[in-house]
Amino acid sequence: MNSMDLTAVGLGRKIKAKEISVEQAVKDALEQIRQSEEVYNCYVTVDEEGALAQAKKVQGLIGDGTLTGPLAGVPVAIKDNMCTRGLRTTCSSKILDNFIPTYTAQAVENLEAAGAVILGKTNMDEFAMGSTTETSAYGPTKNPRNPQHVPGGSSGGSCAAVAAKECSYALGSDTGGSIRQPSSFCGVTGIKPTYGTVSRYGLIAYGSSLDQIGPVAKDVTDCATILEVISSYDKKDSTSVERKDCKFTEALVDDVKGMRIGIPKDYFGEGLDREVKEAVLAAAKVLEAKGAVVEEFDLSLVDYAIPAYYTIASAEASSNLSRFDGVKYGYRAKEYEGLHSMYKKSRSEGFGPEVKRRIMLGSFVLSSGYYDAYYLKALRTKALIKKAFDKAFEKYDVILGPAAPTTAPKLGESLSDPLKMYLGDIYTISVNLAGLPGMTVPCGTDSKGLPIGLQLIGDCFREHNIIRAGYAYECSREAK
Amino acid sequence: MANIISDETIEYVGILAKLELSEEEKEQAKKDMGSMLDYIDQLNELDTMGVEPMSHIFPVNNVFREDVVTNGDDRDEILANAPAKKDGAFKVPKTVE
Repeated sequence: MNSMDLTAVGLGRKIKAKEISVEQAVKDALEQIRQSEEVYNCYVTVDEEGALAQAKKVQGLIGDGTLTGPLAGVPVAIKDNMCTRGLRTTCSSKILDNFIPTYTAQAVENLEAAGAVILGKTNMDEFAMGSTTETSAYGPTKNPRNPQHVPGGSSGGSCAAVAAKECSYALGSDTGGSIRQPSSFCGVTGIKPTYGTVSRYGLIAYGSSLDQIGPVAKDVTDCATILEVISSYDKKDSTSVERKDCKFTEALVDDVKGMRIGIPKDYFGEGLDREVKEAVLAAAKVLEAKGAVVEEFDLSLVDYAIPAYYTIASAEASSNLSRFDGVKYGYRAKEYEGLHSMYKKSRSEGFGPEVKRRIMLGSFVLSSGYYDAYYLKALRTKALIKKAFDKAFEKYDVILGPAAPTTAPKLGESLSDPLKMYLGDIYTISVNLAGLPGMTVPCGTDSKGLPIGLQLIGDCFREHNIIRAGYAYECSREAK
Repeated sequence: MANIISDETIEYVGILAKLELSEEEKEQAKKDMGSMLDYIDQLNELDTMGVEPMSHIFPVNNVFREDVVTNGDDRDEILANAPAKKDGAFKVPKTVE
């Protein structure tokens, strides 16, 4: 049996019991990478040598009893927008093609301290801007469930690597759905935690007020376990929240009796694929049969989330990405006349079209004369959206809906019409605007065999509710 | 399209964004920005009178720390990423004539 068939927690258990060595687990992952990477292109960088060396070291620390956690020795893939000391980090952009970080992101450090072995860095949409992983400067990632289709994005490489068993689990990041949507398309499980739960230190910023790192894995148990390890209060991230309730694995209980679940009617209207709708409503029925109280309600403001999001995210991106200027790291143009020409040429040659599109839009909405009408208007809308969720969570423990309106589109169909691509984020984006935790759990496939994802949304700091609901659903799904 | 983006606007935004777009890219940017702004204009349907702009979801304040050095000397490591360097410093084109 191949150790990559196991869940991360299952593999960790076997490593602990000395049934599988860490080296064997890493070799199994590397072998799978060798077999399928040519087709799927999940990774930008595979660190075979580093992983094998780390495997040896971790095995020693498990042997002498230093490492006892559930993830000790389990091989992981990291999205390429998280800094890893000494290991190339590109954000899937030409502008960072040769960037070697001098420090490691806090979330990754937490994993390493728990004995994780890093296999490499996964492909993504350039600077996490996109919903298909097709805007990567290193070529698109293919969906392992059907390589004619995209894996979703922007954490497409991480989700595809988990689906293709090219790693045991992965870290992704989610600014507008970038963990939950590709998890849905690839048939894996992923959590975007409450804003501030996982440190953003070392995560290359896109929309700082929206970005969160989260786990991508085979099941809810893995995700809860990983999230428990990566969550930490971090003084190096000024938006980090000091939480005392990060024992997420305690929520792995197969019991939803009395849990109040709300289904927003506005999530099931026009634009939602019929098969997705049926699969998601069938999942709600499963939870209802287990004792949850399920009812429909009007969330409101759903249509306004996308315009507010693209205004805020682009504005923050235009500011965050000003650091790429060809001076301290990254790409510098070969020919230029003077300093400003160097800045402009380096950026124009280094960034891809989608990144430039968002920097331009962001610069515009922040410019004098338009700041109030666009940027502040979007922030006011965000306040209203947050209020709508607050009201919903007075009545419900969990909000249930689809993660995306459709299953994975075919490669090459999305980028020609950006606005249409943005509309695909309709169910995930408002969660980021309101800072809420959200999780995708696979809930079936469509007639083409493409995975469908169920999205569970909780109130801020209530990951326990969505983990419990997701776990209970999964228990029934498995029993079928 | 309600929002017509002029050549001047694209030039100006290009300066703000520190991007040098080709003629072709400029035409595309005018179209893309116009349609995005048309879309964003939907927000005007919402009455946001008296609503405070929400930049952060939680009421956070500035987070201060003691002003003490905690990192070591990693100058050489940092400079290893520089596109051009000289005498332990980043090298840039002449900035003052």
